[in-house]
Amino acid sequence: MNYLTAIISHIGGTLLLLVRSLKYLPTLPRQFARFMEQCYLIGYTSLPIVTILSFFIGSVLALQSGYSMENFGAKQFIGTLVGLTMARELGPVMVAILIAGRVGSAITAELASMKVYQEIDALTTMNIPPERMLVLPRLAAIAVMMPVLAVIANLCGWYGGALVCQYTHSISVDSEAYFTALKLYMKPRDIVDGLIKAEVFGFVIINVCCYIGLNTRGGPREIGASVTKAVVTSLILILVLDYFVTKALLMS
Amino acid sequence: MTSSFTASPFVGKTFGVTVTNLTKQFGKTTVLKDVNLEVKPGEIFCIMGPSGSGKSVLLKHIAGLERATRGEVRIGEFDAADPETRNQVHLALVFQAGALFSSLSVYDNLALYPREHRQCNEAGIRDRVMHALSILSLEKAANKFPSDLSGGMKKRVAIARALVMEPQLLLYDEPTSELDPVMSATLTEIIATLREQTAVTSVVVTHDRDLAFNIADRIAFVMDGRIRGVGRPDEFKQPADPVIANFLNPVIDLKNPRFKQLENSHE
Repeated sequence: MNYLTAIISHIGGTLLLLVRSLKYLPTLPRQFARFMEQCYLIGYTSLPIVTILSFFIGSVLALQSGYSMENFGAKQFIGTLVGLTMARELGPVMVAILIAGRVGSAITAELASMKVYQEIDALTTMNIPPERMLVLPRLAAIAVMMPVLAVIANLCGWYGGALVCQYTHSISVDSEAYFTALKLYMKPRDIVDGLIKAEVFGFVIINVCCYIGLNTRGGPREIGASVTKAVVTSLILILVLDYFVTKALLMS
Repeated sequence: MTSSFTASPFVGKTFGVTVTNLTKQFGKTTVLKDVNLEVKPGEIFCIMGPSGSGKSVLLKHIAGLERATRGEVRIGEFDAADPETRNQVHLALVFQAGALFSSLSVYDNLALYPREHRQCNEAGIRDRVMHALSILSLEKAANKFPSDLSGGMKKRVAIARALVMEPQLLLYDEPTSELDPVMSATLTEIIATLREQTAVTSVVVTHDRDLAFNIADRIAFVMDGRIRGVGRPDEFKQPADPVIANFLNPVIDLKNPRFKQLENSHE
């Protein structure tokens, strides 16, 4: 029972943090420098790892599906499979997982450290709401950067798949045929659905990581514990929400 | 340092503090038990007591950082626990470890408050920040980061940051802890001079007898979560209460050391 109460309390606390942060939305224009700094940290510094990983995910996807689809003579549709899978599923999910591990952990560590060393208390006594200064710029930055990163992940994954298809002897589907198949069954809606998922995951990651960081109690050891908790919670929520958001998008 | 001390042009009124039947529990542990106190506007009020007696928790209640289990704290007519009070009262807390923002330079630490509250333009902010830094002889540290500062400098920066806020109530948590005697004396002088020149109400949590007996208008002793005694410093020069006397003038007895007595009592 206590466990259930704690879960409900954390969900409530996380939603409350989101509402309190969004209340300060009108202050965002004068926090432009903080917003840009977060865009840089979330977007630009994540770009190399997103590019490399999504390129190889697209490549592996093409390699595995090429091997299977050749058995029933459908290898001309590899482009469709890689294109749809990257756009609707792997692009947004992989970017979300990377952001949770790379950015979410850093955010929790920073906020938890500020909490433990009383910097958050100092902000409170200075009548500067932490939600306004620390959470809102991050939420705004993730809202802008997640779709950008998801699009870049899609492109890298598609091109990774195309290269594998062209240069792997057992597949041998040239790039033109690959991209023709990719475009044939792909609708703009598929890409938009993927971007919506990326946006939802991004908001969840930032909100959960900020909430856990700001609610850290104790000493330096708890900072590490909070980081682990934030990343694990984010990963679980990404995969659970993935199912429900996908279902909702398919039904709409 | 204090010879260069000049008054900051603080304006506005200062506030007293009233603590009524304050009780605070953390789980099953009661840290504060029915605490009643009154700090008059403009006075330096020191709260003394052994480690773990609840002094800092009491200060956090005054700062509105903790919620009381029972009872209340009022700053003037305002409820200290109500976040709205911070819009009515300029309250500054000098934390024990400084609590400076590690990602900001000393200058930006001080400039944060007026910037966030849009109190003046960047030139005005610069004047205020440099004035506060000059009061504490910290001009050369403006571009340094907190990690580059010594313990004493961090405390001075924390006080300078509080000054920039033009406080109407100034709270200090162990301002002289971990400092050498000269730096302790300097900070004691700063606290006294600030009150003298700005008439700001100052509540100081401290272990430091010299600080309390030199500058306090009144001292409260907190023992085991309760107020053991409140009075002027001269009333505690020869305290009638043996517990307070033992705290203020502990006798070092190497033949019968205290830690041995503690060990025996645990056996």
